[in-house]
Amino acid sequence: MRRILAILMENEPGSLSRIVGLFSQRAFNIESLTVAPTDDNSLSRMTIATKGDDKVLEQIVKQVNKLIDVIKITDITDRKHIERELLLVKVSAMNDKSRTEVKRITDIFRGNIIDIGKQVYTVQLTGDADKLNAFINALQNETEIIESARSGCVGMARGDQALRI
Amino acid sequence: MTTELFTGAEMVVKSLSALKVKYIFGYPGGSVLDIYDAIFQQDEIEHILVRHEQAATHMADGYTRATGEVGVVLATSGPGATNCVTGIATAYMDSIPMVVLAGQVASTLIGNDAFQETDIVGCTRPIIKHSFNCRSLTDIPDAIAKAFYLANTGRPGPVVVELPKDVLIPQNKGPFSIDTDIKMRSYNPNVKGHTKQIKKAAQTIAKAKKLVVYSGGGIVISDSSELLTTLVETLKAPVTNTLMGLGGVPGTHDQYIGMLGMHGTLEANKTMANADVILALGVRFDDRVTNNVEKFCPNATIIHVDIDPTSISKTINAHVPVVGLVEIVMQQLIDELKEINFTPDKDALSLWWQQINLWRNVKSLSYQQDENEKIKPQRVVEAMYKITNGEAYVCSDVGQHQMFAAQHYPFAKPRQWINSGGLGTMGFGLPAAMGVKLAFPDKHVICITGDGSIQMNIQELSTCSQYNLPVVIVTLNNRSLGMVRQWQDMVYGGRHSSSYMESLPDFIKIAEAYGHVGIQIDTLDELEDKLTQAFAIKDKLVFVDVMVDEKEHVYPMHIRTGAIDEMWLSKGVKA
Repeated sequence: MRRILAILMENEPGSLSRIVGLFSQRAFNIESLTVAPTDDNSLSRMTIATKGDDKVLEQIVKQVNKLIDVIKITDITDRKHIERELLLVKVSAMNDKSRTEVKRITDIFRGNIIDIGKQVYTVQLTGDADKLNAFINALQNETEIIESARSGCVGMARGDQALRI
Repeated sequence: MTTELFTGAEMVVKSLSALKVKYIFGYPGGSVLDIYDAIFQQDEIEHILVRHEQAATHMADGYTRATGEVGVVLATSGPGATNCVTGIATAYMDSIPMVVLAGQVASTLIGNDAFQETDIVGCTRPIIKHSFNCRSLTDIPDAIAKAFYLANTGRPGPVVVELPKDVLIPQNKGPFSIDTDIKMRSYNPNVKGHTKQIKKAAQTIAKAKKLVVYSGGGIVISDSSELLTTLVETLKAPVTNTLMGLGGVPGTHDQYIGMLGMHGTLEANKTMANADVILALGVRFDDRVTNNVEKFCPNATIIHVDIDPTSISKTINAHVPVVGLVEIVMQQLIDELKEINFTPDKDALSLWWQQINLWRNVKSLSYQQDENEKIKPQRVVEAMYKITNGEAYVCSDVGQHQMFAAQHYPFAKPRQWINSGGLGTMGFGLPAAMGVKLAFPDKHVICITGDGSIQMNIQELSTCSQYNLPVVIVTLNNRSLGMVRQWQDMVYGGRHSSSYMESLPDFIKIAEAYGHVGIQIDTLDELEDKLTQAFAIKDKLVFVDVMVDEKEHVYPMHIRTGAIDEMWLSKGVKA
């Protein structure tokens, strides 16, 4: 099953490659991976979406934790958590009908049209993976998708729980 | 007052001195010449020049396995560093602390495919505990101190420190200071077992009717064999050692039932298969131990103690996991057993030992040696045991000879048996033996090897001449790659594809060419005398080439895909 792992690690050169290397070395699956420095610039926060049964997940968590650069890892899947992903999608907007439809669908999903070209609209949408998939399906029914980019998910536990040092 | 300034190369050497390093095993080259120049100008640390960087890693490794001190390797960038890869992987698989200082091209050239440039940090990423890249000379002391700390704490392992040429050069100087009291917020290995788990483990043990202790390399690494022996004597239970854990309890101890696993004794594997509680100490349920994991000890409650959480429930589910240093956990366990007034269940124990003794009586390690036939390899190991009083350091290569040595030389102490158990690196034996001999010049140090393995690092005979390292090399020469041949006999219809060495050299002449002594043994009647003669020579390396029966197989042997106790006892005979 799909799991979301949140990782706090040293913001050091090579840290990312150690994580990625570990996943390929041990034949673990990566569905998506996002990483960036945190408010404390010496730390990086990573979110990995992965798949595997309980036994595989236990190994993933332990193996990642064993990396020297990793400070903390938690599996937030089973907790109350927030999961967000950013989508940028460029769609064909050649005529009034498609322009209207794209605008309408975007509004329904609470996205934003953030750029326009002569014949295209670029739309931004955030949400969990399901919402983004539904949005893409809706767009595909009305117009042609020219290009799309997804950030992969970032996640955080709800409430007072925090992943910090 | 002016602060004294040092080059990066000098800082490397000063850092190693501060960490009380006695030897560096290495080979010079372009990117590390500044370090070699700094080594030349001091006399605290001795550099040992090997003939191939792989041997430097194995020699450092052997030195470490025998002494417990972290081994240090120095290699140049590119080929020098890549030649270390096999040795680093060998150390990684067996959890041996090692620090490898690898040269690198100047920072300005990195990424340009410069002469002798290799991304050694990238190459070694899956086979190290950690690595450092020194970007400025002030990084050097901290990186080296951390490398030692990481290599030698928690589950030990190799650490690579990459040193670009521009941080080492004389034009670049800075003040030197080193802090060897390391604290890292991202690394705090758990040392003490969780109290709740210790209580659970003790209760499980107290209820056991058929307990077995299964101990491994963790006992050797942590120097806790005496504690293990105490624990085992408290429990009065049978104890088996893994290949890496031999010597963890004395090989002649009453409660010792031999090595377990693929070529373990029948009694060890049967005891495991029939146990109701397995106390696993510093082991990792390697596939060469378990055989088919689906059929592994279905009735046993497993208590698994290890410092590395990833080893627990990786292949075999642990019912009582205990994360901690095995020596500390064993002491906690002994204390807890006292606390609950543990006494072994006498009746259950007596029945259990009756059963074990029946398996022992099969004498699964026995072999047939007829006086007029070719020498059996097992006999050579037994003769070595006798002549050295069982007190030698035995460094092995990989193959049949390794298993014969593990089976027929009962080790009295830990660190006496030195072999590449996890990676199975042919060519390990001779350089490892050299590292041991360097540390213990007055002890018998044997390199037991085969005609295949010895040729994988035979150039080191030259290093032995240079540094006067009189190891005794005993080659069980069967004119073939014995273990490969055994599998081909058993699994591949006797088709000996590339397992036959058709152009073996005259090993005696090779030994003599390097200034050593060569002794040839062809027949059984001369075996003991000539071996005795070999071990009597103290000041020269002796290369003993023993012609053994090429048809001999290693038994017992797991039946593939079977349970742990499903074994071949001899050709065509199943247990």
